[in-house]
Amino acid sequence: MPGLGGRMNTLFKTKITKLLDRAEDPAETLEYGYQKQIELLQNVKKGIADVVTSKKRIQMQSQKLEQQLVKLDTQARQALSQGREDLARTALERKTLAQTELQSLDQQVSELERQQEQLTANEQKLRHKIEAFRTKKEVIKAQYSAAEAQVRIGEAASGVGEEMADLGLALQRAEEKTENMRARASAVEELEAAGTFDDLTQLGGGGDDIDRELAQLSGGAQVDDELARMKAELGPGGDESPPALEEGTPGRST
Amino acid sequence: MIVRISGEAQYQLPDADAERLNELDNQAVAAVEAGDEPTFQRHWNAMLELVTRDGDPLPDDELVESDVILPPRDLEFLEASAGFSGEGLIPD
Repeated sequence: MPGLGGRMNTLFKTKITKLLDRAEDPAETLEYGYQKQIELLQNVKKGIADVVTSKKRIQMQSQKLEQQLVKLDTQARQALSQGREDLARTALERKTLAQTELQSLDQQVSELERQQEQLTANEQKLRHKIEAFRTKKEVIKAQYSAAEAQVRIGEAASGVGEEMADLGLALQRAEEKTENMRARASAVEELEAAGTFDDLTQLGGGGDDIDRELAQLSGGAQVDDELARMKAELGPGGDESPPALEEGTPGRST
Repeated sequence: MIVRISGEAQYQLPDADAERLNELDNQAVAAVEAGDEPTFQRHWNAMLELVTRDGDPLPDDELVESDVILPPRDLEFLEASAGFSGEGLIPD
């Protein structure tokens, strides 16, 4: 298989070779070389801890955004009640962006939770496999000639090696993804601090240019709807009443 | 035939599925080369579905090497592309 599978097979073969072939006898490596196993299991624990830390950070980020949403909503209402539809519109546009970002953060949290579960399950599986290997090795030794046993034990060792390589790979992948999410969360924090929340769409990480344009289009419609709803809530006559601020802006009919 | 979905599990599949899996794999690769993400996703999902639908998960005490190892389920188009430009799916 030369395609997706083929590439992965080659990658795994290299990793398994690295894991097992350092010693003369791969089976001995597995049985007595607890070092590798312990090292890997410790890495898994650390990996899971990292995932949990990132998850908490993103959850805090979500909470801040929730507050931001309430604040922007209030600002929009205030602006509207003072006849400043332009300001209300800006606040609502930012609110829409913040909502989109919040959705993306929520998705990231679910993704991290999934990763955490998968890593934990795979760590358990690897433990079982290593135990099964120790048992199986004795059975094979008792049942087969030395030469035959050597071959069969070698095969079983490769099976465990593949599991180790797979867990190592999953761990590496989880770390990379977690790192990306962290970088994105920091970028959001910086933008927020700098007050340039309207640049959120420039952050990337979610969708391509077309997605973004579509989001802007639907965002525009959402802003219009919400503006209309707020106007209605502010009561009839809100549109007719003179602006609270004496600015004399004639462009109220937008 | 033993197929592993990386990051998940190993499955025992009927040998008859090898041809179909290979076919889908070739189509997925062609889509990557053509820069066609939707088609890639379609074939990639079909591969995963074939393995999980037709395959039986191997028990934990089964210690065998896989005949085919598929990338992780959440493989992204960009990663798949990088995989064929010599950079490798996961650079060492």
